[in-house]
Amino acid sequence: MKCQYCEKPATFHITELTEPGGPSVMHLCEEHARSFLHKDQGSPAASIAGALAKQLNLGQTKAELAELDQKECPVCGISFFEFRSTGRLGCPYDYKHFEADLTPLLTNIHDSLQHVGKQPRRAAASADNQAQMIQLRREMEEAIESENYERASEIRDELKRMEEEAAGKADAAENQDSAQNDLSENDSDSGASSS
Amino acid sequence: MKSDVDFSKLANTPGEWLRGTGPESDIVISSRIRLARNLADFPFIRRCSDEDRLSIERTVRSRMEQIDQWDDINYVDIDSLSEIDRQFLVERQLISREIADADGSRGVAIDPHEQYSIMVNEEDHLRIQVMHSGLDLISAWKQINRLDDQLESAVLYAYNPQYGYLTACPTNVGTGLRVSVMLHLPALVITQQIEKVFRSMQRINVTVRGLYGEGSQYTGDFYQVSNQVTLGHSEEDLVSLVGEKVVPDIIQYERKARDFLMGKGEKDLHDDVSRALGILSTAKKISSEETMHYLSKVRMGVNLGLISDVEVATINKLFIHTQPAHLQKLHGGLLGTSDRNVKRAGYLQRHLHGQPGQSELN
Repeated sequence: MKCQYCEKPATFHITELTEPGGPSVMHLCEEHARSFLHKDQGSPAASIAGALAKQLNLGQTKAELAELDQKECPVCGISFFEFRSTGRLGCPYDYKHFEADLTPLLTNIHDSLQHVGKQPRRAAASADNQAQMIQLRREMEEAIESENYERASEIRDELKRMEEEAAGKADAAENQDSAQNDLSENDSDSGASSS
Repeated sequence: MKSDVDFSKLANTPGEWLRGTGPESDIVISSRIRLARNLADFPFIRRCSDEDRLSIERTVRSRMEQIDQWDDINYVDIDSLSEIDRQFLVERQLISREIADADGSRGVAIDPHEQYSIMVNEEDHLRIQVMHSGLDLISAWKQINRLDDQLESAVLYAYNPQYGYLTACPTNVGTGLRVSVMLHLPALVITQQIEKVFRSMQRINVTVRGLYGEGSQYTGDFYQVSNQVTLGHSEEDLVSLVGEKVVPDIIQYERKARDFLMGKGEKDLHDDVSRALGILSTAKKISSEETMHYLSKVRMGVNLGLISDVEVATINKLFIHTQPAHLQKLHGGLLGTSDRNVKRAGYLQRHLHGQPGQSELN
């Protein structure tokens, strides 16, 4: 038996037991089996294709999809078609730019549209802010390329400032937290002296 | 942070996740958690230029160097490694097959105990993973959460309050968390109950995969259970779904199946595992798939007390040392497939007869 993806003999026979349509068997050569098994779960591209197929059944026409495929992110330049064929987005801003198009997909995959759980203490202020940082970095690379080092160094400073601003906000919040903790510690421990 | 890993020295140890200790370690091989993270000021890997990747690696590496607690961590530049060294790290599960096969600037930070590693420029800019032996997800989560906090104090993550940690693939967005438990379920396979058990898990947001080698002739009996969704549930909930709800049930089924086999067919089972040990300790050439298949049986035999003169730790060590890159590292040079099969048989023979040669492979 040949591998499903190439001409080599299939030496691995993998059964996905949790496919919605019942168990499905894959016949793969060692190389393709390894790359398949080292992915965290199924193949993301395959599960996106599956979810998109469902989305299409929900009413998107061919013409609408063709139009959507042309849509490009202004920050990283990825088209929806490229995302759809690879299963990978191009930059954080895609979550904003393609938000309406990703919503049915995210609902299908996760059955949720709201993050619950850990939040970073430091994070870029907004999607626009993150997009701006990516664009500035691009400009910086272009400036270096065209040997405009003065402009490149200005951009570097600007990027640094933006990152420090995000860090500064987090540190300020942390200081406030620890100040409150100090206060409550003082409340409970009258013997402690603190300035 | 250091950058001088001695792979030959590493090759002589089995690695943390194959220690064969920890809760339920007769059935649970390892507990792994990974977090996907991206930097806010770069495109995702797919849209990165070569300069971007280089810049990400440099930035992350220099920021990691500033983390006090990370002095002992080794940074490995994957791009400069030979193919066999990359394969070696894949076999130890310290890096993914994808990052091993990719091109351009990429690397991995590895702690000296091999409990955690941080891949740089994989599918996401950062992939943090922690691996413990046995069923040990809660402490693995605490450890990875701490590592994430330390990294977060040094870099700026791409994050959005609605969608959480932003990842290249929408299947990871939100927590970016994947919890995976590797299980050894030979009795459920023998009693042909495995599909029934897993089919009952379909509705509860977990993915189960099995690996079969070489048709129906060889089966490794290893299965991986992971959470399917990453958005809309907290990290603690996802850890508890896999570690407290799903896996304990599977363990119970496997134990029942083992009890059944020991009760009704002990002679058959004893015969089966003893033959497996016989083949492993007398074969003159053997492939890695066949080795995996028989080691799986012997492992169950040892855990059920049917084989007494082999230790689980030895079996676990053999699982990793008989893999192609480890075999070549231990041998100290490149070997073709048929030479590997001969070396592998010799290595198994020495270790299963309780006489590991002074020099591992000569």
